[in-house]
Amino acid sequence: MRTLIVIFLFLQLNLAFSGIEYRKFESAELEARYNVLIDELRCLVCQNQNLKGSNSDLAKDMRDKIYQLIIEGKTDRQIKSYMVDRYGDFVLYKPPFKSITLFLWLGPLLFFIIALIVIIRVVKQRSRVDSVETLTEEEHQRAQQLLQAAQQEKDNKA
Amino acid sequence: MLKLKFLIPLIAFVLLVGLLFFGLSNDPRRVPSPLVGKPAPQFILPRLQEPAVTFSPEQLKGKVWLLNVWASWCRGCRVEHPVLNELAKQKLVDIIGFDYKDTNQQAKAWLEQLGNPYRLVVTDQQGKVGFDYGVYGVPETFFIDKKGIIRYKHIGPIGYKDLTEKLIPLIKKLQAEN
Repeated sequence: MRTLIVIFLFLQLNLAFSGIEYRKFESAELEARYNVLIDELRCLVCQNQNLKGSNSDLAKDMRDKIYQLIIEGKTDRQIKSYMVDRYGDFVLYKPPFKSITLFLWLGPLLFFIIALIVIIRVVKQRSRVDSVETLTEEEHQRAQQLLQAAQQEKDNKA
Repeated sequence: MLKLKFLIPLIAFVLLVGLLFFGLSNDPRRVPSPLVGKPAPQFILPRLQEPAVTFSPEQLKGKVWLLNVWASWCRGCRVEHPVLNELAKQKLVDIIGFDYKDTNQQAKAWLEQLGNPYRLVVTDQQGKVGFDYGVYGVPETFFIDKKGIIRYKHIGPIGYKDLTEKLIPLIKKLQAEN
């Protein structure tokens, strides 16, 4: 019984977060689309919030409009372009791939390539230093002899 | 060569500071309007003083005009109002008031108290037309050219400096066009 109550309370919590107004949809699919849209579009008044999280008047108007457009049978793409036509690309949390957003999209890749080049150069430089320090065959034999001689001397003393 | 390498972190640092400084001096509230360069959205709205008469942007075709979005509940508008009064006094351009999500009674009281710089005022009580204009922060002012195209949008209160340095030259430039 107790678990049931807890589960019920959590469900209530979920309802409270799924949009501010109560909306009636013909199908669960439409409702899911509405929830995704209000999640993906930004409120222009409180710029770090999406439409779902904002209590501002404008966000409410925008949610109303999205609801109305969904009921009218518009596609997600049509609804987004409706908003972009009025408020600009800024309403989209995910900016479109355009000439001015080129750096935004490709910047990380660019930095990754620069970092890769730097790493390769550093590693190469290091291995070059190593190769200077490795001994030639002759030197290796000489070192071996010296070590053996030292060992013998030690044994003799003992 | 060694000296140059030594300078790389410094150069990177200066570039980063420059970038951050640029970011700080940018006002994120000023979102560029996608409507600039496009025809002003059409509407038919009742006038504030005579609600039986409507106004539509078509009526001003062939003229340069300003659409000033304001409301009696808007603080920035109170700051901007004397500047608009000053502009109206120069009789340079028609300013159409766009009373956004307001009540007629309060809007009228505001104009009586602070003066009326507008040729006429239209009322958009539900903010439906405001939505088409992408209004998100009152006051906003649209500069519309002779062909009915939005050429500039000023977001936030217009100051005296904006007016003399930028906006009046812009109006004159638009009026000089054919």
